[in-house]
Amino acid sequence: MSDQPLLRVRGLTKHFPVRQGLRATGLVQAVDGLDFDVRPGETLGLVGESGCGKTTTGRMLVRLLEPTAGSIEFAGRDITHAGRRELRPLRQDLQIIFQDPYASLNPRHTVGRIVAMPLQVNGIKPPGGIKARVQELLELVGLNPEHYNRYPHEFSGGQRQRIGIARALALRPKLIVADEPVSALDVSIQAQVVNLLRDLQRDLGLAFVFIAHDLAVVRHFCQRVAVMYLGRIVEIGDRADIYERPQHPYTRALLSAIPDVTRLGPGGRIRLTGDVPTPLDPPSGCRFRTRCWKAQDICATQEPALVPRDGGNQATACHFPEAVGASPEAEGAPGGDAAGAIVEEVSP
Amino acid sequence: MDSSDPAPSGEPDDRPTVPGQRSDQGAYLRVTDLRVRFDTEDGVVRAVDGVSFAVERGRTLGIVGESGSGKSVTSLAILGLHDAKRTTITGEISVGGRQVVGLGDEEVRRLRGRDMAMIFQDPLSALHPYYTVGRQIAEAYRVHHPEVSRREARQRAVDMLDRVGIPQPVRRFDQYPHEFSGGMRQRAMIAMALVNDPALLIADEPTTALDVTVQAQILDLLADLQAEFHSAIILITHDLGVVGQVADEVLVMYGGRAVERGSVEQVLRSPQHPYTWGLLSSVPSLHGDADADLLPIRGNPPSLINLPSGCAFHPRCRYAERPGGRARTEVPELRPAGAAGEAGTNGHLVACHLTAEERTTLYAEDIASVGVAR
Repeated sequence: MSDQPLLRVRGLTKHFPVRQGLRATGLVQAVDGLDFDVRPGETLGLVGESGCGKTTTGRMLVRLLEPTAGSIEFAGRDITHAGRRELRPLRQDLQIIFQDPYASLNPRHTVGRIVAMPLQVNGIKPPGGIKARVQELLELVGLNPEHYNRYPHEFSGGQRQRIGIARALALRPKLIVADEPVSALDVSIQAQVVNLLRDLQRDLGLAFVFIAHDLAVVRHFCQRVAVMYLGRIVEIGDRADIYERPQHPYTRALLSAIPDVTRLGPGGRIRLTGDVPTPLDPPSGCRFRTRCWKAQDICATQEPALVPRDGGNQATACHFPEAVGASPEAEGAPGGDAAGAIVEEVSP
Repeated sequence: MDSSDPAPSGEPDDRPTVPGQRSDQGAYLRVTDLRVRFDTEDGVVRAVDGVSFAVERGRTLGIVGESGSGKSVTSLAILGLHDAKRTTITGEISVGGRQVVGLGDEEVRRLRGRDMAMIFQDPLSALHPYYTVGRQIAEAYRVHHPEVSRREARQRAVDMLDRVGIPQPVRRFDQYPHEFSGGMRQRAMIAMALVNDPALLIADEPTTALDVTVQAQILDLLADLQAEFHSAIILITHDLGVVGQVADEVLVMYGGRAVERGSVEQVLRSPQHPYTWGLLSSVPSLHGDADADLLPIRGNPPSLINLPSGCAFHPRCRYAERPGGRARTEVPELRPAGAAGEAGTNGHLVACHLTAEERTTLYAEDIASVGVAR
């Protein structure tokens, strides 16, 4: 794995204007200043609740949406404002898998035609012919290559998602943005598709930006995880850091809210009050402060920067992060080391 | 369903008894051998095929299954919300001692909303966009309490909005559904369902469309309200984690039939049916080995028009060959999960051809292969 990032995102921002008639009456701050890297072959999970901006981020990465500000570099090239023609060669390396396996496949096209489309659009003629390549792809994702001539409605939800994956793989991409690829599927089918994506990732050395609200699924797929809240990354780190040593109160609350089959009964949960505030008018300072049990005056006035706490890979945007090494179960455990005390790190 | 009597020999009432079924004397809702069929252009859909269960007041039954397992149809049949022209229902549904199957529309309507109510997955489809939230709740109250004045109904609706945790209930009363957030809409729908203090509440995937932090709030709210109103709750969900958190009893459905039934500890801690094992091992967990592969159930859920013969799960079951050809020819009955003559299974029922000994051994291997300590 090279240290040169495949994808480099800096200050990525998307604001949607809200109009009433012809007048702009406000701005939805969907995504506000994201920084992250994805190295070749790496899987980064983007998690958060609805409205946190994860889907908007994914769509900007593949340039289905135009960023308002910030930059996206892919393989060393700035693609933030690249036009159609400049994007065309990049499309081969950068693909997306959508959430809804019903809406993302054209019902009038055969599976063969759907999977062959990226090859034809890009004028690629595989050595053995397009049909052979398509059948190879269908086999790769666990579909019967004989079903080349069938239509999407003849397949189940899980099989349709496999068709979407085959289409994304057709151009041998380096990075796939997967937007909730399993959340529309039944649980037993989810596991099949998660296993498939894991095998493909390992065998083909693909990098993934895996967007999901289900933290348990992300834990089984991603090496690194970024937790988003109201358009910002509040914590980013290696999988073990995020799941075993979460430092941001929101990450802890999110993890504790997930009902887990290994634990019966209620209890042990951090109750967050209220809903996520509207991105039309996000809270000043730390955006999580209105629901945070640790919030102090400084949280309303100064926005916490996303900074590494102990020189490691884990960065947390919080004025009062959890002690390093404190387990999420030990609620309010006193921090043993200096990093656990109240740290004043304020963005300039 | 708390008195446990694994072998009722002479039950006083004459309903068909399933061997090993617990005595359901105190049950508010009792469903016996429910069968629901739809006639469609493609053939007859047997959506529910002989399901029995009971729920007492103050208890929660979790019904678990994938899409097409018949779990939602069961709840619609209880509430009489099916399309009567195309649906054939047989069996017995007793709500507070009254038979619902065969009742006229008008009579069911009187029960519905007053004695039993439902919470849906999608509050936007249950709330009318054209009327204010408060008006809809007040109307639900007035329908069953024609004697109360508009002002009293309004006050009752405001109280309910307050009770389900909606801030500024007086102001919220006059707002429209689109002005509520997802979690708030779900709360408003719960307020509407509970406005008549129903003894039976059916919640069909009530938190599936919600974010996890909001889901936790709604599950807490349902538990609090149950303690207060002492309702019987049926929680329909595909999420075993949610079931583990709130249910007292669990019914696992597959292909319109019950495949396993028992207390939440029994079903989640010592599951007996290979389908339940599959559900448990295919759900990613926050604990255990994150690098281990998930163990999915192979294949797809069955078509209810053309259900596999014998045990409906046999084409997806890894152990279908063990009982010989029986898995393909014979529908397994729901029986006590323990070995023959063994006491102490306390009403844990399973519909599987494997012997109790085989299930114990195979489940141990099954867990070991996933690498998850449960």
